Amino acid sequence: MSGTLKIADREFNSRLLMGTGKFSSNEVMRDALDASGCEIVTVALRRADLTGKNDPFANILEFIDPQRYLLLPNTSGANTAEEAVRLARLAAAAGLPKWVKLEIHPDPHYLLPDPIETLKAAEVLVKEGFTVLPYINADPVLAKRLQDVGTATVMPLGSPIGSNRGVETRALIEIIISQATVPVVVDAGIGAPSHAAEALELGADAVLVNTAVAAAGNPVAMARAFRKAVEAAREAVEAGLPTQLDHAEATSPLSTFLQSA
Amino acid sequence: MTFSETYAAGECLKSPLVQRFARLIEPCSDATIQRMARESSALTRRHFGKTMRLFAPIYLSNECINSCSYCGFSRENAILRVTLELEETAREADHLVKEGYRNILLVAGEHPKFVSGDYLLRTIERLRPMVPSLSLEVAPMETEEYAPLVKAGADGLVVYQETYHAETYREMHLTGPKKDYAWRLDCPERAYAAGFRRIGIGALFGLWKWQEEAIALAAHLEHLQKNCWKSQLTVSMPRLRPAAGEFQPRYILPDREFIQVMCALRLCFPHVGIVLSTREMPELRDAIAPLGVTMMSAGSHTEPGGYTGQGKDKLHQTVRGKAQEPTGGERAEEQFAISDARSTAEVAARLRELGLEPVWKDWDPAILNAA
Repeated sequence: MSGTLKIADREFNSRLLMGTGKFSSNEVMRDALDASGCEIVTVALRRADLTGKNDPFANILEFIDPQRYLLLPNTSGANTAEEAVRLARLAAAAGLPKWVKLEIHPDPHYLLPDPIETLKAAEVLVKEGFTVLPYINADPVLAKRLQDVGTATVMPLGSPIGSNRGVETRALIEIIISQATVPVVVDAGIGAPSHAAEALELGADAVLVNTAVAAAGNPVAMARAFRKAVEAAREAVEAGLPTQLDHAEATSPLSTFLQSA
Repeated sequence: MTFSETYAAGECLKSPLVQRFARLIEPCSDATIQRMARESSALTRRHFGKTMRLFAPIYLSNECINSCSYCGFSRENAILRVTLELEETAREADHLVKEGYRNILLVAGEHPKFVSGDYLLRTIERLRPMVPSLSLEVAPMETEEYAPLVKAGADGLVVYQETYHAETYREMHLTGPKKDYAWRLDCPERAYAAGFRRIGIGALFGLWKWQEEAIALAAHLEHLQKNCWKSQLTVSMPRLRPAAGEFQPRYILPDREFIQVMCALRLCFPHVGIVLSTREMPELRDAIAPLGVTMMSAGSHTEPGGYTGQGKDKLHQTVRGKAQEPTGGERAEEQFAISDARSTAEVAARLRELGLEPVWKDWDPAILNAA
């Protein structure tokens, strides 16, 4: 099994994707990204300046080195497919990568994704040549429908954004993983390094973390902790995790029989 | 059912959430308030991060046909009035944009002649290319009247009920369209139907018993959360400030209870934005900024033309709805006196010291295709 994560035509060594909201300053964000070892960074387009005027009061992009990270614009703020498509096009026109983390959450409080609008927008954007990474509920049928349309990943939520509750949708994510033909990235709800490790051990290809790092007392140290957890879990998966059994088992179950035979 | 109907029936006060809120604002020990503040702060960081959205108001006009006992703009007050012309407003906006603001709240008194729907539409169209996020705090309108304003690019609407206590409301609003309590109470729902993405509500503390106002506010929030689920809700709890007319608050909401109410709102509504204006003192603003507040104004002026001296030459009094000859003067009358006179840069620097990132832009007009 190759150690790299392949999304569309690009390969990544890190399996930790990072969000950029909620940090106490752009400087702290930059240092946390550095410590996380991530290679994919998502930014809300509504916080960036898309006019090309280099607005000093909306300069978040200046803190993310495009040589080092794949900048993944996200459509947060969009309520409908039409709005998300418009934002994605605008970002591409502004010279950002033609990749998009498709987020459509009409409910601004829980930020839960709208499956109908997401599927509609994904269809349009894939046809226009975007590499589409859709944020979705842990809905296996929707995940398959999106893959049929041609999205580059599916990104089911572990639990609601900002809840730090971990992989509460475990049973459904297991189904999504078992049926996936594209990388599965668990996004949202990952509140502790152990949650990230759990997602990878389940078989997810990567995780996306934001709140748990940004809102931590020491975001840089927390980013480092997530990096270690993700690396450890991935190494464990590649080493071959033992299957879990629901009963005890002797180390060499046949030895007694074989000896007496 | 609209909120005015639900509230009149009283059922909404029995909801478990509102009941919990009511318990949280009961008299309590310092230790309890401290605990609430810690929880409130943690919830805010989790859902909003270490950030503070900044905005500034532009007062477009202080003309008003309403007679409201507590308001500096009340038609009864013999004050200097003015309505900014388009280019004057643009100059005020330009000043705020240079200071960093990308969220501007347009405020005006109620006067159909001076502040018509068309006037607001032209103002929004003029400012749209300059300012990513525009909100309105103007007299309540019909859904159909709001729709063109949303289409032109206004994304937020703010309307405070002032007092939820119907009897006090009647007593405070003597003449003018604002007399209609239910019309105002249902305004956020009409705004939602018109497509506003951010809706702000609030009560003006000082007119009636703060406990009752706070509970009504919580009930209103719960109603809007259920019925206007696609809008980002914000809540504000302005306390009455000195203003022309010299109205004195009848009920005081002390600092301690003010903080208690704010924390209770956060604990019961973890995702709702909480707004804090320059009505409050710098010390209090700094103390509670990290506890639950998500949106602050700074360096504000509450008189038309206040930032750059626009409209000075047209200052006049208005008698029985008719503008008198310009008299000239230093400045138009303000709606209320602010308490935090620090500059925008000072407030932003202080927020950074408190570990909070001032967020200027968090909305792009392209989302609504109004660019």
